[in-house]
Amino acid sequence: MATKRTIDVALSTTGLDREGRPQRVPLVADGSGQVTAMAAPPSLEPELEGEHMLINLGPQHPATHGVLRLVLELDGETVVRCIPHVGYLHCGFEKIGEYRQYNQIIPWTDREDYLNSPGNNIAFALGAERLFGVEITERCTVLRVIALELSRIISHLVWVGTTCIDIGAFTPFLWAFQERENIYNLLEGWVGARLTTSISRVGGMAADIPDGWLDGLRGFLKTFPKTLVEVDKMITRNGIWVGRTIGLGIMTPQDAINYGLSGAMARASGVAWDMRKDFPYLDYETYDFDVPIGVNGDVYDRFLVRMEELRQSVRILEQAVERLPDGPVNVNDPRLILPPKSKATSEMESMIHHFKLVMEGPRPPVGEVYVPVESPKGEKGYYFVSDGTAKPVRWRIRPPSFVNLSAIPKMVEGHLLSDVIAINASIDIVMGEIDR
Amino acid sequence: MSAPFTVIHAGHAATGEPAPRTPTQVPHRGGTANPSAARLQAQFPQFYERHEVIWGDTTVYVRPEAILDVVRWLHDDAGEQYDYLVDVTAVEYRDVEHPLEVVWHLRSLPFRRFLRLKAQLPKGTPLRVPSVWPVYRGADWLERECFDMFGISFEGHPDLRRILMWEQYREGYPLRKDFPLRGRFSRAEQLRQALSQNPEAKYSMEELTIADAFEDLPQDMRQRLAGGERTGE
Repeated sequence: MATKRTIDVALSTTGLDREGRPQRVPLVADGSGQVTAMAAPPSLEPELEGEHMLINLGPQHPATHGVLRLVLELDGETVVRCIPHVGYLHCGFEKIGEYRQYNQIIPWTDREDYLNSPGNNIAFALGAERLFGVEITERCTVLRVIALELSRIISHLVWVGTTCIDIGAFTPFLWAFQERENIYNLLEGWVGARLTTSISRVGGMAADIPDGWLDGLRGFLKTFPKTLVEVDKMITRNGIWVGRTIGLGIMTPQDAINYGLSGAMARASGVAWDMRKDFPYLDYETYDFDVPIGVNGDVYDRFLVRMEELRQSVRILEQAVERLPDGPVNVNDPRLILPPKSKATSEMESMIHHFKLVMEGPRPPVGEVYVPVESPKGEKGYYFVSDGTAKPVRWRIRPPSFVNLSAIPKMVEGHLLSDVIAINASIDIVMGEIDR
Repeated sequence: MSAPFTVIHAGHAATGEPAPRTPTQVPHRGGTANPSAARLQAQFPQFYERHEVIWGDTTVYVRPEAILDVVRWLHDDAGEQYDYLVDVTAVEYRDVEHPLEVVWHLRSLPFRRFLRLKAQLPKGTPLRVPSVWPVYRGADWLERECFDMFGISFEGHPDLRRILMWEQYREGYPLRKDFPLRGRFSRAEQLRQALSQNPEAKYSMEELTIADAFEDLPQDMRQRLAGGERTGE
């Protein structure tokens, strides 16, 4: 039995323009013979002429990458207006965070931008460490860079794959997801989890890498560029791909900044700004890598920027593997780091220490901090406000997808309905991060 | 095809400054304040309250009614150029006497500077601040979210509606401290309300006015359609 999903009256009626006037304008010559408007060809359905249609895209549409709902006003097939609706996945992460200790929030950060879980964990830990006033160890810094770039590769691969699906190419999707599987295998060997990694802790990492793990990563770095070349050959100069992406959803650099776009969206529009270069963290300024910049601001440039970022991530990973120093992973700070489990079960002092850290939690000094990082989606930052207790007064996620998506009405206006899918895909949204 | 854009480089106005490095040994309080704070004090002495440097970031407290003027000056002044709005949010403290704070995070891409603006709204006063939407288009959804979560109305915002919660949400503002973690209503009531919604057939009044025949419908039916009620399946 078919279910009625939309309101019938909204789908079969004439339109009004923004001032409330009916849109049906007679296209005829006036009495003096002057043609004031181009005469329209006789329509087979004259009663539909000039009518605007209201259609509902999502929240169950497979090309909306989750539960995004777009209400589109169409003139024929051209989008006149787009009204996005979000919030179907709202879970209240920020509210829950106010009732959790800092390390207990890290599993929640896995679940917001779930394609970039290690990135979120590490961004959270960086912010919390600034709030606690601790400096992480050398080895931890490099391990975090490795995890960050791996998660950037995961996120961009999913983006390339799903955007190919949206536009009609199926093969690159399989190649991208196969490589992504390799990274998930690596992460599974590191922390035991694949998707929701919780890879970091305040002051260190959940675990050091196991023996031989770097060999697996080196193997991946050898084979992955070949897959990139194949994807590149398959779509970068493909006529269908180019035709479906060039000239769509153009944002000028001024607009991109004013609308708050960040990450690959801003860089494709010609804003040369990367957090890793301009507001560095984790010693990114000591790595040799390039930041790709687009100059047309359309969907095709966003694709090119993300493809190049994949190659640059491989460069960063190669350098990080070479420089990974020996030494401790966690800071030597008993305020934050649990004692070893063997000691906690054998020595009284360590057991009390373990108990107090787990039950009461570490307490940062009064203060507030905002630490942004370059996530695959854009500028991601966590804003903490502490009143000196073990739980934050306010934990705010600065969601890059949310701000990038808010520019979609500007980007899709005047484009065809089928282009809305391509433009929406190019923003690289994850609804878990938008709705939180 | 239009001509390619001219690339805007972050940090193009910060000539002569050393290349940015990862901050280390950031002091808890103190340290060099963002130079914009002093210029802001000279420019708006009547609206400027104080500034402080916490963990390396400068926070400037300004009067809430002046926020649009302050932000507009920061955006337009050639020596500041805060062209990027990072975030708009609010903080309510556990201390019930402490005023609710609205926070704007601004970034100057040309100078590579970061500034936190704060306006304090004392408890018991109406929660109203001017919207910065006329200066930053990116403020649209951020202010809507702040309104949705805290009930702060941003005056001058073109379309201040709830964004994450649905428009018929009646339990209040979830991120306020007097809002319990489980919500105000019982689970049964929350479930009943959720089931009575048809999220795919919910249109705002603005959207429904696109449809012409909407005007011809009886009043109660219009009300029900705009309210997102299930349409009898």
